[in-house]
Amino acid sequence: MTTAPVISAARGTIAIRSENLCRHYRMGETLIRAVDGVSLEVRAGEFVALLGSSGSGKSSVLNLIAGLDRPTSGSVIVQDRDLAKLSREELAKYRLHVVGMVFQSFNLIASMTLAENVELPLRFAEVDRSKRVSLAREALERVGLRARMDHRPSELSGGEQQRAALARALINRPQLLLADEPTGNLDSHTGTEIMDMVREFNEQLGMTVVMVTHERALAERYAQRMIFLADGKLIDDRANVPTATTAGVPGGRA
Amino acid sequence: MKLPDLTELALRNLRESVLRNSLTTIGISVGVASLVAMLSLGTGLQQLFSQRLAKSGLFDTVFVSSRRDLRGMGREEERKGPTPGESRVLDEPARQEIERLPNVKEAYPDIRFVTELRYDDKPHLTMISALPLSAKSNDAFDGMQGGFFSSDTAAEAILQKSFAEELLGKIPPLGAPEPNVAELAKPLLGKELTMRYAQRQAAPAPQPPLRASEATSADDSIAGAAYSVVSREQKLRIVGISDLDPETMRGPTRAKVFLPLRLAESLHVMQPTDLREISRAATDQPVYASISVRIKNPAQVQVVEEAIKKMGFNTFSILDASNSLRQVFRVLYAFLGIFGSLALAVASIGIVNTLVMAILERRREIGIMKAIGASDGDVKKLFFAEAGAMGILGGIVGVFLGWAIGQVINFGTNIWLKSQSLPPEHFWAVPLWLVGFSIGFAFLVSLVSGLYPAARAAKLDPVQALRYE
Repeated sequence: MTTAPVISAARGTIAIRSENLCRHYRMGETLIRAVDGVSLEVRAGEFVALLGSSGSGKSSVLNLIAGLDRPTSGSVIVQDRDLAKLSREELAKYRLHVVGMVFQSFNLIASMTLAENVELPLRFAEVDRSKRVSLAREALERVGLRARMDHRPSELSGGEQQRAALARALINRPQLLLADEPTGNLDSHTGTEIMDMVREFNEQLGMTVVMVTHERALAERYAQRMIFLADGKLIDDRANVPTATTAGVPGGRA
Repeated sequence: MKLPDLTELALRNLRESVLRNSLTTIGISVGVASLVAMLSLGTGLQQLFSQRLAKSGLFDTVFVSSRRDLRGMGREEERKGPTPGESRVLDEPARQEIERLPNVKEAYPDIRFVTELRYDDKPHLTMISALPLSAKSNDAFDGMQGGFFSSDTAAEAILQKSFAEELLGKIPPLGAPEPNVAELAKPLLGKELTMRYAQRQAAPAPQPPLRASEATSADDSIAGAAYSVVSREQKLRIVGISDLDPETMRGPTRAKVFLPLRLAESLHVMQPTDLREISRAATDQPVYASISVRIKNPAQVQVVEEAIKKMGFNTFSILDASNSLRQVFRVLYAFLGIFGSLALAVASIGIVNTLVMAILERRREIGIMKAIGASDGDVKKLFFAEAGAMGILGGIVGVFLGWAIGQVINFGTNIWLKSQSLPPEHFWAVPLWLVGFSIGFAFLVSLVSGLYPAARAAKLDPVQALRYE
């Protein structure tokens, strides 16, 4: 692989820190506390799973870390940036350069080919066309989709679409990979394929990974740490004891 | 995002819902077409008038008159200059001096007089005026029967149609269709007219005054001279009948019979100005009521006017009149422009509608773009680019459409003109500036229409937009 790992934060330093993080919103008369006083720390290079049933607030926490949403109170600090204090413009820059995201529903743009989807962040970063094309090709090669780069998402299987989404998340060489139920729409075989790839990015590129999932088995198999949420509150935060299935995976943990 | 990327993405998005965007774009092009049609009509009409006026020789002509005719009406230069009594006489030396000014093509005296013409032994009283050979290019002689004067001194005459009617006793009753000029010309061309006129003849100078002090100034030597007025006759051959009136601008003093200039001069016909200068000029040298000065280049009219004013004469050119004509066209333009823009205004509402629909449809896509790093500005610019692209495309198609409409109307009108046996006209013009202006205007209108949708798209909350299915 030619994609050089670009990691500014040294492994082990604090990459993400939230303090008493709250996200409340009103729905009619009722106040919904989607995130209610969550304080956590994620170290650079860590692979963390956010677990919880639906409505537990795990996706809301992820959106706050991604800079897609702003906290009602409390703070979320990613690599010394207090996201609550960034302007809309600065938040966009943060999402563009620091964060890569994958979603349950892939979120590729249907009217664009894979190559165009993958290079879209580079357009926002105003990278030259020739450089864009080669970077997109490289990223697609990394996820094994080089041959399908001129296809539209609708012509691909779910697994292939999620791989393309991974390539897109990777293209700006972010330090943070945020995944929201990345295997939720995939069968277990393709799900494993995607998760193996995520682990590869975590281990080989040193990316910090925060993954939202409700499948405990998946978290246990891939994550180093599991954080449990319920009703917007953090209820448990514990290191993962590698099970038999992950024991033989190469690449030691920090 | 860079401009080429923006344009590419915008065009791609437009292609995605091709029907809706095409309809919107057609709306814009209809708007632009109506604007182009209206303004090109205005431009065409203005060009037609300007050409007419230029061809009539009015734009490159300065009329010079003496202040001595007391018709200065207290204009500024009148008050500053010498009093009428002291100012120059517009005579032959003055004419020659004017003709020698730079940029002057020719300066010819305006010889016109009322006299009697006999045809078929019947007397007809009419205004006669003299024309230089250069008047041949005058528009008014376009549809003339017969020909122009064979030379500047030929004993020939050109009649205006209405005078030909009079000679033949065929004056049509009011409201009846005018007889064809060719029918009038047939019995008249080549026939002879007899013109009776009063010739002004210098008499031998009387004895010089006895006292030397009375002969000190040149003026007085002329003042002592005398002239006589003799009744004469001149035979004229009718060589042409003009359909149009070459002197429409002159109103009631317009002539109906025209003579070659040198011939008219040589006749020394008694002029109204001779009466004014009755106490002064007693030589053969004529004094003119006015002189028409033709300028080589219409742009030099003002310079020449100034030079002639400095010589102590009054001037008038159509330039003064054309200023108010330009004003009229400006108002006409504004009206046509406003009417033409109405359709474009309606089309701009179409753009707003299309883009607002597009935001609803592409909500998720906007959410995705924001999630992967698009700023509010990127999203805003993208919608602007889409609006702008529709504007430019609509503008280009619209200009072509407007041009085509103009061609069709022009063609149709010319068929009608032909059926009325009138010459074809080109009263439709799409100059390059109009093409540029229309496309630019359509672009501007579309950008303004894109303001609200773009701002709305930029403000979308990415979390909600991503939740949207």
